[in-house]
Amino acid sequence: MKLSRRTFLKTSGIATAGIAAATVGPEKFLLWAEEAGLIQATYVPTYCEICFWKCGAIAKVLNGRVVKLEGNPVHGNSRGKLCARGNGGIGLLYDKDRLKSPLINVGKRGEGKYRKASWDEALGVVAEKMKGIKEKYGPEAMAIFTHGTPTDHFLPLLSAYGTPNVGMPSFAQCRGPRDVGYELTFGEGPGSPERVDLVNSKVMVLIGSHLGENMHNSQVQDFAEAIGRGSKLVVVDPRYSIAAGKAQQWLPIRPATDVALLLAWINIIITEGLYDKAYLDQYAEGFAELAQEVSHCTPEWAAKETDLPAAQIVETARMMGHNAPAVTIHPGRHATWYGDDVQRSRAMAILTALLGSWGRPGGMFFATKASLPKGESKPFPEPAKAPLNGGGYPFAGSEGVTQAIRTATITGAPYPIKGWFVSGTNLMKSLPNQQETLDAIAKLDLLVVVDVMPMDLTMMADVILPECSYLERHDALAIGKGKSLSVSLRQPVVKPLHDSQPGWWIAKELAKKLDLGEYFPWNNYEDKIKAQCKTAGVSYDDLKKLGCLTIPNTSTPYITPENPPTFKTASGKIVLYSKELKEKGFDPVPVYVRHPLPPEGFFRLTYGRSAVHTFSRTTNNPALNELYKENEVWINAKKAQALGFSSGDYAVLVNQDGARSNRIRVKATQRIRDDMVYMVHGWGSNPKELSRSGRKGADDQGLITKYAVDPIAGSTGMRVNFVKLQKEA
Amino acid sequence: MPKYAMVIDQRRCVACMACVVACKNENEVPPDQYRTRVLEMVEGEFPLLRMELRSELCNHCDNPPCVYNCPTGASYKRKEDGIVLLRKNRCVGCKACVAACPYSARYINHEKGFADKCTFCDHRLKEGKEPACVATCIGKSRIFGDMDDPRSPVRVALQGSDATVLLEGAGTKPRVYYIKKFSKPE
Ligand code: SF4
Ligand code: SF4
Ligand code: SF4
Repeated sequence: MKLSRRTFLKTSGIATAGIAAATVGPEKFLLWAEEAGLIQATYVPTYCEICFWKCGAIAKVLNGRVVKLEGNPVHGNSRGKLCARGNGGIGLLYDKDRLKSPLINVGKRGEGKYRKASWDEALGVVAEKMKGIKEKYGPEAMAIFTHGTPTDHFLPLLSAYGTPNVGMPSFAQCRGPRDVGYELTFGEGPGSPERVDLVNSKVMVLIGSHLGENMHNSQVQDFAEAIGRGSKLVVVDPRYSIAAGKAQQWLPIRPATDVALLLAWINIIITEGLYDKAYLDQYAEGFAELAQEVSHCTPEWAAKETDLPAAQIVETARMMGHNAPAVTIHPGRHATWYGDDVQRSRAMAILTALLGSWGRPGGMFFATKASLPKGESKPFPEPAKAPLNGGGYPFAGSEGVTQAIRTATITGAPYPIKGWFVSGTNLMKSLPNQQETLDAIAKLDLLVVVDVMPMDLTMMADVILPECSYLERHDALAIGKGKSLSVSLRQPVVKPLHDSQPGWWIAKELAKKLDLGEYFPWNNYEDKIKAQCKTAGVSYDDLKKLGCLTIPNTSTPYITPENPPTFKTASGKIVLYSKELKEKGFDPVPVYVRHPLPPEGFFRLTYGRSAVHTFSRTTNNPALNELYKENEVWINAKKAQALGFSSGDYAVLVNQDGARSNRIRVKATQRIRDDMVYMVHGWGSNPKELSRSGRKGADDQGLITKYAVDPIAGSTGMRVNFVKLQKEA
Repeated sequence: MPKYAMVIDQRRCVACMACVVACKNENEVPPDQYRTRVLEMVEGEFPLLRMELRSELCNHCDNPPCVYNCPTGASYKRKEDGIVLLRKNRCVGCKACVAACPYSARYINHEKGFADKCTFCDHRLKEGKEPACVATCIGKSRIFGDMDDPRSPVRVALQGSDATVLLEGAGTKPRVYYIKKFSKPE
């Protein structure tokens, strides 16, 4: 289509300030019109929600249409840069497959038959069902599953309703065991963003963490900066990741043997006297017991377990020891691997302590202790029944053990769960063993999902409440706690498209219908934020203009004589040997346990991230889908050849329990061990409404029928399944 | 008169593709077409491998075959700053330049009909901004500046490095320089 300048002038409007009306001009020619001086851009700061890093972004708006997103230079998580996904946020805003109006299920659950409804009707149906559940079973029979900023709206709603049963997959399916392992050792977790002082490090150690592919904006910027400055890199990964490609030392470890490597490293550092004695004397307890417990973990022993050369194990240990304390042992993030994940994280924390890296430049720094007051709100009712989301695990976190709620939903014990309220998480993809999820859903009286896109779980809901995208709404202030305290504003860049609504509005309107309106006393979210700013002494006008305010120098990142560390452990010291764990029946020092290896003909299934996608939620985004349209199964080239597969062929994966995947393209490569396969998580979504990514690629979670529960934290190890490749039928 | 150039520090690239998406939005590049891309190449046999991550874009050659081969005079090299550009209204979409470019930097914009390629974000330079891909480069792997200014980031980056250009033998005299082919320091 060619358009003459005249037609363009006739159809386009002139730019308006602030939130502009929906575009009427031909969108393809907006930049041309700008260049010709016909229209002028406006710039609105907000923060990104394509992942959870919450980077400050600035939207360029032409004629009411967002044409570009850029990083906000004053924001610490973006520093003027957005990752591919953040740049591609426009794709979500204008995705034609978005949920466009409230929908009510008219067929059997999961059949995908919906009719459009008004907000009044849809919220009315949800409120009525929720009231019914409360009357019949008590408010605890509703559970909420949530992730990301929607949590700030819907967790208060469900708490006001009276349930304590919250499940965030970010705990039991992700960071949980890591945080618990570090808390047991240092009295606090590594934080999010992790407080890794990469830029000042001399050595960086990544254990199963594929930074770069795992695109956590500012952290990857620091990673590249450290490489540029000559920091040495050690990467433990059975796959030659992008990060491994930059490493001086790549350790292609046999999967599931990381604890053996860690214990050997600890042992070498102790026996060779490479640990920081003064630091440990002052701050740690249990060194002698630790030394005793790991004394048998020789490099030769570990070499056999890990399939790594003993010499390399020794060399890397010395590399750390000689450069301590400027060594960043990256705590990782997605840590739910084999079911002994708290102990593996403990081993990483202990190694960090031995090197004296906690609270030292180049290791892990301390976050600011400053905070922003939240503002008053009406206290929530005290639940009558004890929460069941701890699942009986002694160190389960407050984010809840998702699958414990799922199990209770199936069994009805200790009490029934009859309703699920879900926001910001596609549970079909985040929880292992999809059959259990389906069994639980079958027991529900109500499944309500708030979402922007028609994801797998969303298209099973009884009522679907379409949230507008992050570029069209206010959300809670993002409080960043790094070396300084920062406050960031999310504000609408354009008006909500279609009949979608912001999360805060949905929560508030639903609260009204549940007679809980008093918990949401403000008129709109902007008023609430303004009030909060006033209480905290932060200028809302500055925030609105700049998007982010940093309150500098509120932290003392490193240990100094004036700034001694505090450890919130029982003894106030770093715990090398944990009496607390021992009392509860667990190993006080991590012990290596052999995990089953894949039987003949099978490969261990592992999964990870692509730099251009965030789980399943971005797979259909046109701007990102273009760069990565379906996932591939990575398999060692020799094995692929033996099985008769070449790169680009389609295969079907079948796991040990007979679960079969969609067809998936083979990537035959030297970049992976021959006892495992790898794929990017989040593909193979079912809904036909996803016109680009629906049924494309294979779903790793569909093959994760088995999971290994960590007895300490209740988290689910998900790298315990074995698959074989079959030709497409 | 500035003499614009780009340096790609390959060690620092993390293959995140932020540059690719930013470039597409900045320049209205149609679906499945690209002004820039990042190649991920690995050689060797497990476990002895090495990796090269390489950003590619128009080299703004000082000896540009695309310009020489353009029959209408649409493609030209701007005297003031050396950027290779295109007068859209003169382009007839004949593909001569696409065929002449040894770097596959050009394509016929399938929405707009004319030849298209990297402009070093000429329009942003006018506003005093860096090119979009440079501004968003997560690894600070893409570096832009004026070769005539000894303090410019490109000159600083090139100092003491063994920079190379792509297809040096083609005689195109590129203005995009690559330092450290393999990300792992030898
Ligand atoms: S890391 Fe990328 S996707 Fe995540 S918030 Fe930042 S820009 Fe957005
Ligand atoms: S300089 Fe501009 S046009 Fe060229 S590759 Fe970078 S973003 Fe694209
Ligand atoms: S943005 Fe920078 S680091 Fe990322 S792929 Fe492009 S050149 Fe590499």
